[in-house]
Amino acid sequence: MTAAIESTDARRIRSAPVSSVSLRGRERRRTVVLGIVAWVVGLIFFGPIVWMLLTSLHSESNAATNPPSLFAPLTLSSYANFFGASSGASPWPPLINSAMMSIGSTLLVLVLSIPAAYALAIRPVKKWSDVLFFFLTTKMLPMVAGLLPLYLIAKTLGLLDTVGLMVILYTAMNLPIAVWMMRSFFAEVPLEVIEAAQVDGAGLLLTFRRIIIPLASPGIIATALICFIFSWNELLFASVLTSTTSYTAPVFLTSFVTSEGLFLSKVCAASIAISLPVLVAGFAAQDKLVQGLSLGAIK
Amino acid sequence: MTRRHLATAITGIAMAATAAIALAGCSGAGGGSTNASGGTLKVLMVNNPQMVDLQKLTADNFTKQTGIKVDYTVLPEDDLRAKASQEFSAQAGQYDVATISNYEVPFYSKNGWLLSLDDNVAKDASFKQDDILQPIQDALTGSDGKIYAEPFYGESSMLYYRKDIFQKEGLTMPANPTWEQVAALADKLNNAEPGMAGICLRGQPGWGQMIAPLTTVVNTMGGTWFDDDWNAQVTGAGFTKAANFYIDLVKKDGEKGAAQAGYTECLNDMTQGKAAMWYDATAAAGSLEASDSPVKGKIGYAAAPVDQTKSSGWLYSWAWGIEKASKNQSDAEKFIEWASGPDYANLVAKKYGWAQVPPGTRTSLYENPDYQKDAGAFYKQVQDAINSADPTNPGVQKRPAPGIQFVAIPEFANLGTDASQEFSDAIAGKTSVSAALKAVQSEAQKVGDKYK
Repeated sequence: MTAAIESTDARRIRSAPVSSVSLRGRERRRTVVLGIVAWVVGLIFFGPIVWMLLTSLHSESNAATNPPSLFAPLTLSSYANFFGASSGASPWPPLINSAMMSIGSTLLVLVLSIPAAYALAIRPVKKWSDVLFFFLTTKMLPMVAGLLPLYLIAKTLGLLDTVGLMVILYTAMNLPIAVWMMRSFFAEVPLEVIEAAQVDGAGLLLTFRRIIIPLASPGIIATALICFIFSWNELLFASVLTSTTSYTAPVFLTSFVTSEGLFLSKVCAASIAISLPVLVAGFAAQDKLVQGLSLGAIK
Repeated sequence: MTRRHLATAITGIAMAATAAIALAGCSGAGGGSTNASGGTLKVLMVNNPQMVDLQKLTADNFTKQTGIKVDYTVLPEDDLRAKASQEFSAQAGQYDVATISNYEVPFYSKNGWLLSLDDNVAKDASFKQDDILQPIQDALTGSDGKIYAEPFYGESSMLYYRKDIFQKEGLTMPANPTWEQVAALADKLNNAEPGMAGICLRGQPGWGQMIAPLTTVVNTMGGTWFDDDWNAQVTGAGFTKAANFYIDLVKKDGEKGAAQAGYTECLNDMTQGKAAMWYDATAAAGSLEASDSPVKGKIGYAAAPVDQTKSSGWLYSWAWGIEKASKNQSDAEKFIEWASGPDYANLVAKKYGWAQVPPGTRTSLYENPDYQKDAGAFYKQVQDAINSADPTNPGVQKRPAPGIQFVAIPEFANLGTDASQEFSDAIAGKTSVSAALKAVQSEAQKVGDKYK
């Protein structure tokens, strides 16, 4: 509603000859209003994270009070606890496991989904829309339904508690999404550019390397990041299929919950620490990500 | 062009396949390489404060003495149960030792999932099996008479009350109170101080939450979940009386937000002076008397309140069991002999103090003068509570399966949790007690029919 009024306002401003002072004033007011809306929405999204950060910096007893003690003294003891101060358990093995699984499966997804997307977007195979739909149907089975069969298969093959098994599973889980995303990004690459390259004598690999990949790189990075985040955050399969050697960061996170005693601050500290790699990856890819996610919208 | 196209595709697939195969052989970063003097033991463990201490003490003590490295997976209680039943039923061999409780031992042992400890740990003279408290040992013995798990700690239930508030109000707590007396006291103590509840009782859904104290009230008021022939007795006179009593008491004189209050919430209320009495696990005594507790020294201890039975306290123990499919059984036995052994208490006491020693397993702990001095406020009450618990005969009638605050069958976890949701709704006023009982009765009968 506000937005609609705002835009008619703007149109009127542009069409009617208004003195430059009041125009600037109105524009400023509009910017301020939009700015406030953006901030409020941003804070609503960011609020829980600030709350988690604050809780993680309080002592356990201050974190558990009701009403909350906002201004209680800050302490890093929960972070010390994350690094094994009270249990002696190091957080590095699960973090390394998670990194291996997320990076490994993301690379594998890219290797498989880029050619698949090419075959669906740039040189469409016969019945490409059916193929695309088939990819989507693999996401329709509830994941839980596959859990028990997978557990038994992994047990028989001796693959329980291995990084490789999780890499294969995460690849399989993310592949359909990646193909879909990548296809829409590849479809944005103008066919004329590709044809021009071919006229100039570039082969498939060269066209790929010099034309398609650079043009679609924001999309590829956005896809890779999403696959990385999905694998990094996955809990259900990891908690069932891994145990002492290949357990992941989310499984490690649950180990701070106890039914006898307080744990809020510890869990918040661990959550913050485990979210950091995703945050860093997101920031690193921010420019490309914004491009990638808005690709097509401004064509 | 087409051929090149194909070649690229094949190269891609081949690369992916090679990477997958290479990775499949790769194990994770957790777990160490096996060293020369001993193997690596995999232990699945519940996250409780005493277990975390054990985890910290392992490397410098157990591993140093035996050369056996221990890798732990620590999980919250519900996740642990799910993981343990999945692991043991499949005999997957991912773990050698797991913390199981006296709830699991009867049917785990019956299903042949556990290694009997009769001929190894229990036989070892230095382990001193006869030092283990008798009710705890009985609770960890299978129906074939063999011991299947050794306790890490044990607990019963008792009544906590604020001595200072009682004195101020001119009230006294009988040594063996009845529920009737406790209800009358709660009524008088409600709002004794601003915002103070007369009594704190668990109302949070979960078979390990409100169902535990509620079932002990059911037992002592003459009720039971099932009679000896597996007929559900939830709408029977005893169960009905107990459920009405418990829910009325919580609604009238209980804590704020009772429908969501479990052990942790009640412990908070008691510590922060928001409850005058609390009926719960004996394990809380250590927290209430901890050096940083605001109510240290102000707490009195009484036996679990009764009605028709002589005692009503529950019995619970986290214990170590060895998976039958384990390939490291002799290492696993050594681990249990250390963690449940007679010297472990001294080790914890030296490092963390007597208050953090896992209680409730050995007579020798209760006879230790240092422990008696440190836990003087409550040790006797805890010992008596455990020794008076009888898991095979906790009520006024014969039972088809062992257990005081639960029925030791695999279906009870679901049944109890569903039932607790009904009762919790009744506490919150969303349904009536009689409607809740009726719903639970029909579900309980479905479970009972499986065993008929």
